Amino acid sequence: MRFLKKLYVNAILLFLYAPIFILMIFSFNASKSRGTWGGFSLKWYEELFKSGDIMQALYYTIIVAILSTIISTALGTFAAIGISEKRGIWKKVLLNLNYLPVVNPDIVTAVSLMALYSMMRLKLGFITILLSHIVFSTPYVVLSVLPKLKSLDPNLAEAALDLGATPFYALRKVIIPEIMPGIITGALLSFTLSIDDFVISFFNTGNGVTNLSIEIFAMARRGVKPTINALSTLMFLTMMVLLIIIYKRDEGGKKLENE
Amino acid sequence: MRKNTFARAYLIWLMIFVAIPLLLIAFYAFTVTETGQVSFSFDNFRRFLNPIYLKVLVRSIELALKSTILCLLLGYPLAYIIARESENRKRIMLLLIVIPMWMNFLLRTYAWSTLLGKNGLINIILGKFGLGPYQLLYTDGAVLLGMVYNFLPFMVLPIYSVLTKMSPRLFEAASDLGATKLETFKRVTFPMSIPGILSGVSMVFIPAMSTFVISNILGGNKYNLIGNVIEQQFRWTGDWHFGSSMSIILMVFILITMAFTNKFGGDMSERGGLF
Repeated sequence: MRFLKKLYVNAILLFLYAPIFILMIFSFNASKSRGTWGGFSLKWYEELFKSGDIMQALYYTIIVAILSTIISTALGTFAAIGISEKRGIWKKVLLNLNYLPVVNPDIVTAVSLMALYSMMRLKLGFITILLSHIVFSTPYVVLSVLPKLKSLDPNLAEAALDLGATPFYALRKVIIPEIMPGIITGALLSFTLSIDDFVISFFNTGNGVTNLSIEIFAMARRGVKPTINALSTLMFLTMMVLLIIIYKRDEGGKKLENE
Repeated sequence: MRKNTFARAYLIWLMIFVAIPLLLIAFYAFTVTETGQVSFSFDNFRRFLNPIYLKVLVRSIELALKSTILCLLLGYPLAYIIARESENRKRIMLLLIVIPMWMNFLLRTYAWSTLLGKNGLINIILGKFGLGPYQLLYTDGAVLLGMVYNFLPFMVLPIYSVLTKMSPRLFEAASDLGATKLETFKRVTFPMSIPGILSGVSMVFIPAMSTFVISNILGGNKYNLIGNVIEQQFRWTGDWHFGSSMSIILMVFILITMAFTNKFGGDMSERGGLF
C-alpha cells in the first residue's frame, strides 16, 4: 500500500513536471528538432536576447507589473480600510462588486473592459493594458488586506487619536504598520497576476504594445520556435526565485508568530 | 469621515470599471446595429440557436465536464494521500503541486504542443518501438489533456484543505465503533470532504468552460469552444453584439455552477494553500 501511494504521487508529479523539464532541456538543444538531441548550445538564448520583439514585450511586462502593483496596492489598501468601516447594505454592495472580477471568467472581464474603453474612446494600448491590470488585481489586494483589518483592535486607532494624533497620522503610524503583512501579500499577488496575465491583456492591447504572454501565444500559433523554450526556462527560474522569497517570508512570519 | 471618502471613492471606481463594463456587455447582447441604428432585439440569442453554435456550447460543456471529472478522479486520491502525511512532507508535497502553476500557463500549454506534435518527443519514442506516428495534437484528447494538466492543482488544493482539517479522532471513533477502513471512508471521510470537492469542481469547471487558449494551441485553428467564439467575435469579426450574447450565456453557466456548488457547502475561501 505504501509503495502504491508513492508510485501514485510520483506518477502525478512526473505528469506535472515532465513537460516543463523537457521544454527546459530542449532550450539547450543545438538542433531545431523537438525530439532529437543535436548537442548542447546556447544559441536560442542568444537569439532570444537579440529579438527586439521579445525584449520589448519583456519591458512592457515588467513596467506594467510594477506600475499596476504600486497603484492597485495603494488603491486596494485604502479601499479595504474604507470597506472595513462600512456597515449594512453598502458594505455588501462594495464586497460583491469587488468580488465580481475575481469570480468572473477572465474572458468576460476582458471583453467588458474592451467595451468600456471603446465607449470612453480610449485607444487600445499601454494605458488600457495598465488600467485593466489595475482593475483585476485591486480586488485581490482588498481581499488580502480586509482580514488583517478585521483582526485589528479598534481601540488602537482610538488610542492614537486620544493621544493627539491626527487621523492621517494614526493611519500612517498605527493602522498601516499593523496591516502590513496583508498589504505585502496583496502586492505580491497583484505582481504575479500581472506578470502571468494573458487573456485580459490580449483583448485590451493594441498599438504594438505586447507582453510576454501575448508574444508566446503568437509564437506558439506560428509553430516551433526553440526561443520559446529558452524564454520559458528563464521565466520558470524567475518565478522560482519569487516563490522562494514568498515562501521564506511565510516561514519567517510563522516563526515570529510562534515566538 | 475620511474613511467614508475611501469607501465612496472605491465605490465609484468599481462602478466605472466593474459594473458599467458588464452592463455594456448586457446592452450589446440585447441590441443590434442596423444601418447605424441601435435597436433592442433578441436576434443575437436567436442566432445562437443555430446548430453550429449549439454544438459549440455542447462541446464546451462536455469537455469542461470531462476535465472536471478526470481532475476529481486523479486529484482526490492525491489530496487524500498528502493529507495523511507528516507535517513536513505535507508542506513539501503541496509546494511541489503548486510550483508548476507558477509557470506561465501559455508555456505549460505550449509544452504539451511540442510533446504531442508529429515530430514531438512522444511520437519519436513510440517510433523507436515501431509505432505511430499518431495524430495526437489537434484532437479532443489533446485539449482535454491540456485542461487536466493546467487545472489539476485547483482540484487537489481545496480537497486537501478540507481533508487535512479533519480530526484524526473521527477516524479513531469510527474504527472504535467497528467501521472498517472502507466504511470509514464511505461514511465519514468522503461526506465530510464534499465541500472541498465542490469548490474544486467549480474551480476547474469555470476556467475549463471559458478557456480559448488551450483549445487554440492544442486544438488547432478550427477547434471551437465558446471562448474561441467570443474571441473571434471581439478580436476578428467585430460583431460585438453576438460576442456579448455569448459572454452572457457563458456567465449564466458560471453562475449556475457557482449557485450549485455554493448551495451544497462549497466555499471559495477553501481555495487551500494556493497563495
